[in-house]
Amino acid sequence: MIPLAIWSVSFRWFYPDIIPSEFSGRAWSAVFSPRNDVLGAAWDTTLVALIVTVLAILIGLPAGRALGLYEFRGKRIVELLVLAPIIVPGLAVALGVHQLFIRYGLANTLIGVALVHLIPTLPYMTLVMSGVFANYDADFELQARTLGAGVLKTQWYVTLPAIFPGLVVGALFTFLISWSQYVLTLLIGGGQVVTLPLLLFNFARSGENAIAGALSVVFIVPGVLVLMLSSRYLSGDDAAVGGIGNI
Amino acid sequence: MTRVNLTGLTKQFDEKPIPAVDDFNLEIESGKLTALLGPSGCGKTTTMKMIAGLLRPTAGNISFDDESILNIAPEDRGAVMVFQNYLLFPYMNIAENVGFGLKMRGMSKSDIGSKVSEMLDLVQLPGVEKRRPKQLSGGQQQRVALARALIVEPRVLLLDEPLSNLDAHLRDEMRELIRGIQTEMKITTVFVTHDQEEAVVLADRIALLFDGRLQQFDTPDAFYERPNSVAIARFFGGSNFIPGHYDGDEFGTSVGTFQAPHAAISSGEGVLSIRPEAVELGGQGGNSAKGTIVSHVYVGRYARFKIALGDNEIEAVTEPGRVKDLRDGESVSVRFHPDQTWVLGPDDYEAPSSADQ
Repeated sequence: MIPLAIWSVSFRWFYPDIIPSEFSGRAWSAVFSPRNDVLGAAWDTTLVALIVTVLAILIGLPAGRALGLYEFRGKRIVELLVLAPIIVPGLAVALGVHQLFIRYGLANTLIGVALVHLIPTLPYMTLVMSGVFANYDADFELQARTLGAGVLKTQWYVTLPAIFPGLVVGALFTFLISWSQYVLTLLIGGGQVVTLPLLLFNFARSGENAIAGALSVVFIVPGVLVLMLSSRYLSGDDAAVGGIGNI
Repeated sequence: MTRVNLTGLTKQFDEKPIPAVDDFNLEIESGKLTALLGPSGCGKTTTMKMIAGLLRPTAGNISFDDESILNIAPEDRGAVMVFQNYLLFPYMNIAENVGFGLKMRGMSKSDIGSKVSEMLDLVQLPGVEKRRPKQLSGGQQQRVALARALIVEPRVLLLDEPLSNLDAHLRDEMRELIRGIQTEMKITTVFVTHDQEEAVVLADRIALLFDGRLQQFDTPDAFYERPNSVAIARFFGGSNFIPGHYDGDEFGTSVGTFQAPHAAISSGEGVLSIRPEAVELGGQGGNSAKGTIVSHVYVGRYARFKIALGDNEIEAVTEPGRVKDLRDGESVSVRFHPDQTWVLGPDDYEAPSSADQ
């Protein structure tokens, strides 16, 4: 990360110099110049990642509960299907999905990109939540009901606090995976939806190392934030994802 | 004060060949402590969950004070269940746990606070409000679970195996606590147990279930003195059974005829039951028979004899001093006092024993 930061402020940096011979704020002013619309891309990236996270929770939480808590016929097959998007290259699936999305007008749209990001993220969310629910005693909910809590209050006061650490971890994973998608965004977004990875790749390919370095710094920020926020859920007593080995 | 009626209550789980609870009829008196007793898998916990509203019966009805509660959601029934493993919410402190039910009912924080300390006093655990469940022992956690249930003043209190997770000395304490609170608050209480001793020491009345069917609903002493069947007598343990024929007054066996005025059947094939402590060794005259001592063992305060009586082997328990001169292999006369015998129908049911949990 340090070399990236140095790259971002350098003007000339050649072998064998340890630090650049000339510094410049050019890269950073390029990053914040309206022409490149980095902030717009950052906003789109964030928006897509947020939509993906919400959708992944809405689908992955009930699915993880079913897998972690209940025994049912065909459970093994369902588990395999959940993992399938990780096993099968996402690109192969996305090419098929692309045709459908064109038909339904989802290609080249932000929503379409968000939907296709579910392919690599949903398996993780489902796995994390099934691990959480494998270590969860649903009798707590029954206990709450007999004490006078309705269905919604039970979920709010009993279920949510119990699964919260796992939910946070799953959501952060999802956010980060979506945040760093390149191929799927390029394919479904069709160049209309420009996210940070696309921008970054463009500058890196065209040899603009200083700008690419500056962008990388912007790009890494959420990852570092996420790690700092979630570290207490990832380790220690709470062990949000401790049950992940159960599947 | 609520009377609970179960009528034709049946629960059939899809994957099971026989119903877990089968045509169960029971009237649980208001303000009394009633035990649902039976070996594991007899349907007692299923019954309790149906009363709480956590399971829906396949057929039959449950009513509180003659009003069916089947269509009332568990949170509105006023039937609070205390689970065997207490289930204190781990991310709440003790005060929040105990106050949970009142919070759900929208009571103000300050009112909850004073009620919580009142309840913790009642279960003899004052001052633990700020502690976490993990910091309490099992017995203390159970008291908290009890306080959490009692604070909402339930119409019916349901306890799942309330004493089985506790050490012997804690059991006595907890038993007295439950009895004391129950007598004071007069809450209709139903508890589930597989241990007949636990049922006997705690309950006003016991409903014994085998395989989802009610076998007998009676006071604790009746299960020892007047069981309905050999299976029930076996479950309560420690009785002798001699097969024979009953003609309504006398019981004929291969070793003689005995006066037996108390019976569960009017006549026909049956079993004469007598408890080991009621067998009088060396007793002569009426209602006696000759037997042979097979073995004996001294257990300090009493001695236990195995005696062959024709084809049957019976057990007798007596004070050791009275029978010093008895040796294995010697013949001995045994007498069954007529008032201590009990005649049962034939032994046609393989009872699950209370020991094989």
